[in-house]
Amino acid sequence: MSAQPLIALVGNPNAGKSALFNALTGARQKLGNYPGVTVERKTGRLTLDDGAIVDVMDLPGTYSLDPNSPDEEVTRNVIMGRQQGERMPDALVVVVDAANLDNHLRFALELIALGLPTIVALNMVDLATRDGLELDAARLADDLGVPVIPTVAVRKRGLDHLRGELAVLLPAAARPVRVPRGDFAAIQREAHRIARRAIVSESPSRRLTGAIDKVALHPVLGLIVLLGLLFVMFQAVFSWSEIPIAMIEGALSAFENAVSAALPDSVLRDFLVQGVIAGVGAVIVFLPQILILFFFILMLEGTGYMVRAAFLMDGMMARVGLSGRAFIPLLSSFACAVPGIMATRTIADPKDRLTTILIAPLMTCSARLPVYTLIIAAFIPARSVGYGVGLQGLVLFTLYVAGIGGAFVAALALRRSVTRGGGGGFLMELPKYQMPLVRDIALGLWQRAVIFLKRAGTIIFVTTVILWLLLSYPKAPEGSAISPIDYSAAGRIAGVITPVLEPIGFNREIAVALIPAIAAREVAVSALATAYSIEDKGNEARTEQNLTSRLAGRWSLPTALAFLAWFVFAPQCISTIAVTRRETNGWKWPAFMVAYLVAMAYVAAGVTFWTATALGL
Amino acid sequence: MRLDELPQGSPAWVDRIDWAAISPSEGQRLREFGMCEGASVELLHRGGLFGGGAIACRIGRMTIAMRSGHAAAIQVATSVAKQATSLTSSGPEGALLT
Repeated sequence: MSAQPLIALVGNPNAGKSALFNALTGARQKLGNYPGVTVERKTGRLTLDDGAIVDVMDLPGTYSLDPNSPDEEVTRNVIMGRQQGERMPDALVVVVDAANLDNHLRFALELIALGLPTIVALNMVDLATRDGLELDAARLADDLGVPVIPTVAVRKRGLDHLRGELAVLLPAAARPVRVPRGDFAAIQREAHRIARRAIVSESPSRRLTGAIDKVALHPVLGLIVLLGLLFVMFQAVFSWSEIPIAMIEGALSAFENAVSAALPDSVLRDFLVQGVIAGVGAVIVFLPQILILFFFILMLEGTGYMVRAAFLMDGMMARVGLSGRAFIPLLSSFACAVPGIMATRTIADPKDRLTTILIAPLMTCSARLPVYTLIIAAFIPARSVGYGVGLQGLVLFTLYVAGIGGAFVAALALRRSVTRGGGGGFLMELPKYQMPLVRDIALGLWQRAVIFLKRAGTIIFVTTVILWLLLSYPKAPEGSAISPIDYSAAGRIAGVITPVLEPIGFNREIAVALIPAIAAREVAVSALATAYSIEDKGNEARTEQNLTSRLAGRWSLPTALAFLAWFVFAPQCISTIAVTRRETNGWKWPAFMVAYLVAMAYVAAGVTFWTATALGL
Repeated sequence: MRLDELPQGSPAWVDRIDWAAISPSEGQRLREFGMCEGASVELLHRGGLFGGGAIACRIGRMTIAMRSGHAAAIQVATSVAKQATSLTSSGPEGALLT
């Protein structure tokens, strides 16, 4: 009795493979990694009409069996049975874009020549019809020698037909794998010939897509549209998340009070309240903003617009040695650098990818916002500078721009030194515009939320607990004149680094706050509160209010500005370091990243402090 | 003329490609996109302003974004010129045009 049959979904990128995969497997999906490479492994379960269960694997999209990047290599290896730890598929479903037969059939021919039981799914026939293209699936099946089934990921009939064919196909014994014969050009001509025969009628390609692109890719209008979309996105991230965040904080507060009331004053209670609940809280409070940003990113990718955005940005990226493709991971980093860095996998050129990873933390992530809000509220007067623009908002905007500017400067410097060489080329397919399915967006959001919670969550949580330990122990003896903070391990470490920070205007309390900020940057706010021994535990609004007035009284404006400047470049949190270590397979690059970001932060804070002092602020 | 010199919206055919001017992996990718001698192409958009050197062009039924460096290595011919050359030379390109 053999294991469940394995079917591999394979095809060109933009063939609608993932939507088809979702339609076949629904929520019964498992995400993981291939051993040794940072390529996502996607498997799911499918029940055939006779009750037989089948494993389905969604292989990374590739244009041919000649790989150009790690994920294309994985596809080739899995199909040929060479991927470490994976068995060879029992059957292939080649997903082909009905509106793009020439190129997709070429790959299909290469795959069919391998000799595995194969079905061709002629996908997205609805979009082909929309473009005025009519195809003869039976003719195609005749020419290819394998079953050809028209499919639309949301329509039952094609999916039923596909499942039926699979049930027929699978019992066939696997034939031995043959190396694909014929040179590339010959296969291409054959594919072209077959495609011509399968087309019943056609009109000029891509009417709807072309019409939209007249605006979307227009040098001026297109940019306006993109900036408009980005503006809406960021507005939404902030305004839509306010209520969920308030709700989460309220729940955490209530929970904290309940635990405090239930337990006597003890180490256990402190551990639970200040360690565990604070740690979990630090993670969960992120989630609304990350989900909202990812919703937009998934929509932009699902509609096909994201590539247009990369196209519009390519000129600017090229000037600093990056590819337009870097736009997407960098955009994700505005929510959190962790998924942003993971998204760099789509960049094929290793130097390009490394540079993008190294500058991703400079995109102002949502964790910096509580710090910015606090300092701005305390030190920047709520004045208007005219035209309805507030000074506070302007300063916040400047901080964002400074991060982006810093990233470009860093990219330039890196591409000329440490990550020099290689081509930052930009060669991408522009897919048709389409409306993504609610199911696919929801599934994508869920998967990303789980990954974020698992990855960043465990690290942030563990680090918060450790730092709570450092901040609480050793405890000062009763009646001691020394403040508990100064007596603790963290306080002593802060004491050591304070002399180094004083030249840039930082005081001891800041030094103490920077240490926990390593866990998660917004922990700096509560750390500052603790450092100033503010006891409004559980009521964050009041803490901030009192902290605001306390800071306004104790810090000078140059110090506050220097603190802001530091945070623009601040060394990223431990989660980012951990993810960088994973994606670059070593400690060398995360260490370099921390070092250069500390250096930039130090210099920026110093320059800001001394300039502000000199200007008499 | 070169692909990046092609006026927007006028269809053309690929005449000759200088593969040596393109990196091997990008050359392979271009071939996979259907770029070959005789392929039908059209320049759709130029990335102006920030777009810098990127252009969007149609190859067959596929729309591709590439940098002007790639496009500069591709020689194209518009219909009149193509008919003239195809009268003098025969080759597999003829079959692909129909």
